[in-house]
Amino acid sequence: MSVASQDTAIRTGRVTRTLIYLVLLLFALFYMLPLYVMVVNSVKPLNEITGGGMMNLPQAFTLEPWAKAWSSAQIGVDPTGLQPYFWNSIKMVVPAVAISTVLGALNGYVLTKWRFKGDTILFGLMLFACFIPFQIVLIPMARMLGLIGLAGTTWGLVLVHVVYGIGFTTLYFRNYYAVFPTELVRAAQIDGAGFFQIFWRILLPSSGPIAVVSIIWQFTNIWNDFLFGASFAGADSQPMTVALNNLVQSSTGVKEYNVHFAGAILAALPTLLVYIVAGRYFVRGLMAGSVKG
Amino acid sequence: MGFLDIDNTTKSYGAVEVLHNVDISVEEGEFLVLVGPSGCGKSTLLNMIAGLEDITSGEIRIKDKVMNGVHPSKRNIAMVFQSYALYPNMTVGQNITFGLEMHGTPKPEREKAMKNVAELLQIEQLLDRKPGALSGGQRQRVAMGRALVRNPDVFLFDEPLSNLDAKLRVDMRTEIKKLHQKLGTTIVYVTHDQIEAMTLSTRIAVMYGGYVQQLGTPQEIYDSPANIFVATFMGSPAMNVIPARVAMEGERPVAIVALHDGSTTSLPFSQDNMADWNGRDIMLGIRPETITDEDAADRNSANIAQMTNRIVVTEPAGSDTFVTMTLGGKDVIARMRSDADVRPGADFPFAVNMEKAVAFDPKTEMRIVP
Ligand SMILES: Nc1ncnc2c1ncn2[C@@H]1O[C@H](COP(=O)(O)OP(=O)(O)OP(=O)(O)O)[C@@H](O)[C@H]1O
Ligand SMILES: [Mg+2]
Repeated sequence: MSVASQDTAIRTGRVTRTLIYLVLLLFALFYMLPLYVMVVNSVKPLNEITGGGMMNLPQAFTLEPWAKAWSSAQIGVDPTGLQPYFWNSIKMVVPAVAISTVLGALNGYVLTKWRFKGDTILFGLMLFACFIPFQIVLIPMARMLGLIGLAGTTWGLVLVHVVYGIGFTTLYFRNYYAVFPTELVRAAQIDGAGFFQIFWRILLPSSGPIAVVSIIWQFTNIWNDFLFGASFAGADSQPMTVALNNLVQSSTGVKEYNVHFAGAILAALPTLLVYIVAGRYFVRGLMAGSVKG
Repeated sequence: MGFLDIDNTTKSYGAVEVLHNVDISVEEGEFLVLVGPSGCGKSTLLNMIAGLEDITSGEIRIKDKVMNGVHPSKRNIAMVFQSYALYPNMTVGQNITFGLEMHGTPKPEREKAMKNVAELLQIEQLLDRKPGALSGGQRQRVAMGRALVRNPDVFLFDEPLSNLDAKLRVDMRTEIKKLHQKLGTTIVYVTHDQIEAMTLSTRIAVMYGGYVQQLGTPQEIYDSPANIFVATFMGSPAMNVIPARVAMEGERPVAIVALHDGSTTSLPFSQDNMADWNGRDIMLGIRPETITDEDAADRNSANIAQMTNRIVVTEPAGSDTFVTMTLGGKDVIARMRSDADVRPGADFPFAVNMEKAVAFDPKTEMRIVP
């Protein structure tokens, strides 16, 4: 009796498991499809695409579209390719991520370990920043940037992204440091460490997981941002996303889909890379604050 | 003026006063234990000495220098925390020398100081490990090492043993006592464990509800508790506090106490001043170890009273047997030799050492001072 029921349990187990895997496989395929289309079409000559074989593997493999998207495609008025815009993006993202993460960490440190009157209200207000839609601030922000002389510059974009990101990074670090033992800070105070020494020597070395979360989050958001880039960037500070749009939208001549695909992959590559390198720390970091007591 | 003076010090959080006019003066080399139940303000007082909490009113002085507003690192104190608070990213060696480094001590001196302390605490082989790779007892040692290396005026301990298992706690207790005897440093030590308080201290401050209930040597606290709270908090099992009435038998004041069956017995007082309480109700305090069988009664006592009462429960505990009886309508515990012939339900002739008995005013709960 018990043997029989165990048998059926195993059998139904196998059946359902196969089913589950099938469904999962289907979902995976479904999600992989766009990437497949992009990759496949980025290594085909244009005539293979316009011929109607979107889903087919390339007959004549070529890296020509990649080279063109990177260095010679027509973007706006100049045939520069995406290359200069890629560097624009890097010049914007790296400082913006670094500054917003460091400020978020400092905020979290102060909000948890140097409590002051009204700190929870202040934190609440900072959280509010996470929920303000981008569109609302466009005009005031443009005015501000104009007033402080950063309109149309990379540093102007850095400022905008830092201001917008600080709400999130503060949230991450505050919650992480809230469970960081206050006794450690007190011990360091007695040992004679000052405000920044405690931060550098005691808190930061234990902040790896949450720093990764903050960096990934900020990097992805800032790299992928289009609206601020399109609104506030000058001609020589446009980020990759805006350039990609210009590449795809440029109406001169035929639409070079293969170049567009290659350009789109190029634009997505850095965020993909960040995920692949640091993705598992991302999950670990998100869990750390909540589970650890 | 003592070495460490806590002078009429008060602590409030907003409108709530959690420490009320605390007055303690600690001499150099003393081991003061702050003991009391959870929430009585022990840690708060310790943190105020350390400078981690502001002083609302009053003054704290170390070596006659006023410490109000002085930064923790400038008070020349060291603190051992309940959680040890070892820096997780640093090795044991770095943990120990971090304070010296912050105070700008040159590296060779730091190394030397670290070696000395490591040798003293026998943790030389642990110096390169991270705190995560240490046992509880080892962490405890490292935490003490970190405090010792600074050579501070005052050591502050906040329940340093409460995270250890029972056996290790007793070992470390002895070790702390040895260390104190060897180094002769001034220590303020917080615990809620009254046995720790009794064994370690040169003086105890018993705290309750933000008040220092009594400040005195362990013997004073044990033999002459200031009030019923101190009497029942210190000692295990707790002192028996029994309702009684004072009467006179000739010239001698006696306590009339109800036995299990409602009949009464009279226990003569040693204190003559109890005659002033003739005819009034009191609370009689008798420690369990002063109720014994006749053979085990203290031969040096001039005042052993006899009393036959019914045994309710016996609890053999190896070295002793605890006997519960009903006295004055309350459960009263006697601590007997393990070979005393006690059986539940039997009537037994007890001997009560009335020299050690104390009396409390039932209204104020204060001890009636002889
Ligand atoms: N930041 C604070 N705000 C308000 N009240 C506080 C604060 N910190 C402590 N208290 C109160 O002060 C009182 C004393 O606290 P304290 O931590 O000194 O107790 P304790 O004697 O150390 O207790 P335990 O044995 O549990 O550690 C408690 O009633 C506590 O609720
Ligand atoms: Mg405490």
